[in-house]
Amino acid sequence: MYPDYMRESLRKVERTRPARLKIARSGEKVFPAMSAKDTEEVLRDFHPDYKPDALREVGVGPNKGERITSEVADVLESHSRINPDDFDLSRIDYDTDVLVIGGGGGGAAAALLARENGAKVVIATKLRIGDANSMMSQGGIQAAVNPNDSPLIHYLDAMGGGHFDNKPELVRLLTMDAPGVIRWLEDLGVMFDKDPEGNMVTRLGGGTSRKRLHSARDYTGAAIMRVLRDEVRNHPEDIQVIEFSAAVELLMDDKGQVAGALLYNLETEEYEIVRAKATIIATGGYGRLHIKGFATTNHYGATADGLVLGYRAGANLLYMDAVQYHPTGAVYPEQIVGFLITEKVRGLGGQPVNKHGQLFVFPLEPRDVETACFIRECARRDNGIRTPTGMVGVWLDSPLIEFINGEGTIRRDLPAMYRQFDRFGIDITKEPMLVFPTLHYQNGGLEINVRGETKIKGLYVAGEASGGVHGRNRLMGNSVLDYNVFGRRAGIHAAREARGVKLGKLSLDHVRRYEEDLRESGIRTSRISPILLPDYTRPETKARQLTTHYEGTLR
Amino acid sequence: MNKDRISSGLNRGTTRTKLVPVYIMGKRYQVPDDLTIMTAMEYVGYQLKRGVGCREGFCGACVTVYRSGNDYKLKAGLACQTVVESEMYVAQIPFTPANNAIYDVKELQPSISSIQSIYPELMRCLSCNSCTRVCPQNIEVMDYIQAAIRGDIAKLADLSFDCIMCGICAMRCPAEIVQYNVALLGRRLYGKYLSKKGPYLKKRLEEIREGRFDEGVEELTRLDRKTLSRRYYERDIELG
Repeated sequence: MYPDYMRESLRKVERTRPARLKIARSGEKVFPAMSAKDTEEVLRDFHPDYKPDALREVGVGPNKGERITSEVADVLESHSRINPDDFDLSRIDYDTDVLVIGGGGGGAAAALLARENGAKVVIATKLRIGDANSMMSQGGIQAAVNPNDSPLIHYLDAMGGGHFDNKPELVRLLTMDAPGVIRWLEDLGVMFDKDPEGNMVTRLGGGTSRKRLHSARDYTGAAIMRVLRDEVRNHPEDIQVIEFSAAVELLMDDKGQVAGALLYNLETEEYEIVRAKATIIATGGYGRLHIKGFATTNHYGATADGLVLGYRAGANLLYMDAVQYHPTGAVYPEQIVGFLITEKVRGLGGQPVNKHGQLFVFPLEPRDVETACFIRECARRDNGIRTPTGMVGVWLDSPLIEFINGEGTIRRDLPAMYRQFDRFGIDITKEPMLVFPTLHYQNGGLEINVRGETKIKGLYVAGEASGGVHGRNRLMGNSVLDYNVFGRRAGIHAAREARGVKLGKLSLDHVRRYEEDLRESGIRTSRISPILLPDYTRPETKARQLTTHYEGTLR
Repeated sequence: MNKDRISSGLNRGTTRTKLVPVYIMGKRYQVPDDLTIMTAMEYVGYQLKRGVGCREGFCGACVTVYRSGNDYKLKAGLACQTVVESEMYVAQIPFTPANNAIYDVKELQPSISSIQSIYPELMRCLSCNSCTRVCPQNIEVMDYIQAAIRGDIAKLADLSFDCIMCGICAMRCPAEIVQYNVALLGRRLYGKYLSKKGPYLKKRLEEIREGRFDEGVEELTRLDRKTLSRRYYERDIELG
């Protein structure tokens, strides 16, 4: 239910729709694509990454001296949650071949392939297995399967979207492995949308030059995650899942290898030691850091834990200055601010229009460009619509989808979106949604090579926590692809390597060295990381919690 | 235009300052009436560990059973999506200790006998519709269970597709069926065995195996930035 004062703008959207529909049906481009020059300009002037305080120099660690996202610098320039002297590292609680930190899609894929390659696996996850951004992604996974497409075209699209900063070897694997990933997932039982001939239904995404987004309605992430999780659970003899146990530091040995992790049981507050011959960080993203104060699409636990763990062990970060905002986050009603509205809406023909009902940008520019254009439309051109709580947004004309594709398209292909708004009295088949950019994805991360390795022996990274695959901007559908491709590869290589590993004496000396590094760099702070959970407790409540002591964000 | 407000995601305002009483596991609190059950619990001081996940309606972690005022009916909804009401009584069910069978899909047939052998309690369905009534996704749960019993795996898969596996159906079921697990198995069987397999994927996999793209992608990986950029901006975009 929209407030009355928005009625006039909604009427304008309806009035401009027939003309926009005509162009959409004609097969012509509905709006001119942006040139390289215009792209540069709009990003520079309006993308949040270019704001003066978006970046700051990090004062410690492998990337010392580099300008990275300020909020990430904050969690890196923080103290450990633990005092190394408190731990007797001879007391091992779990001894395994491969430790996977993180229970999302990347972690599940890694565990399954590690197991297939002979390893015993422990998955340690902070919340439940499946509590991850992987479960929430909606619109699709890219793979060059159609006859008019090829991995070479996919390669170009991914590189262009990433501003040509992507590591070529990683993009090669991403695009060449993609069709095989679709086959693997279907063999496990994932139900992709099909046409009557049994070929996968494919759509365009932002920055793609061919239709190659494969989907499962708009529950693609969940469709895949539920199956991967089930498959993990079907192998309890090889894969042990430890839930509500956050890794708070990596363990290393006296030879400089990563040797497992220290886990913190969120419920009993106990610490446990996992010794492992190879460790895979699959901890996902950082949306709950609320970069630049943005609302986020991310799940509750997306707090960059893996970055802290890997960084303290000496692994370096790549492209840690590039934050992805999803152009279409919900801004009304208040209860769903920041929620993801899948790019598939635009893939189906939905159009962003301003308060006058005018289409103001090509609906499927790459996300950073689209985001910058939405911000420009509101901040510079004052063509946004204000909500009662002071948010601002543009309309996303979803009813247009029904006219282009036939009545019933939204109920069939966007059931999650329909349901989300229906819960709040808005029928998106009849009324547009109100949207604005929302914090969405960590473009960079811990740098990996083609085997998923960091430069620290025994330490692998897969999925959103890694850096290099997407350059400085990820395309839609390449993240779900990423965690499958590189989760599998990290699992394979970690298992193989584990066979030949001989671990030395376990140590937390790297944590001691990091604390020294903080001291010597003159960093004075009370911050503690990994933060594990975001802090949503009101000041009034904290004032009454007189006897509690906060370790970062946990009492 | 207030630039700060454009990006502010936290400490969002509420439109009304009206407080309403909400009972969290029996304990009375006053909360702003436009909060969700989840943000209401955080408002009163809970830092959630169980009963919270994606916060956006996809993971099922926050399923909450509630009752309003003098109404005797028990309802279920997602704490992250359900706005509080005055005199609402809420309790969270963060875990369902239901039967998660172990199986290998490779060794199963896409038939009723496979599903029945793994979840035999399926056949005890009383058609009472308790599951459907309580589903926070408004899925026709009983209908898909009946489809499973009939061996109609396609219908089972289609009707259960949007299930987020929150577990509340299983908690309410007098026959102790684990509807969401039956559904997951059914969907996996459908996706693996029954879904039609068109020719494009098979052909593309053959081409990759034969090395058809190897040279091309090798060349691409060696291109300098400028050439790569030119190729990118000159590439043709096929909308069809």
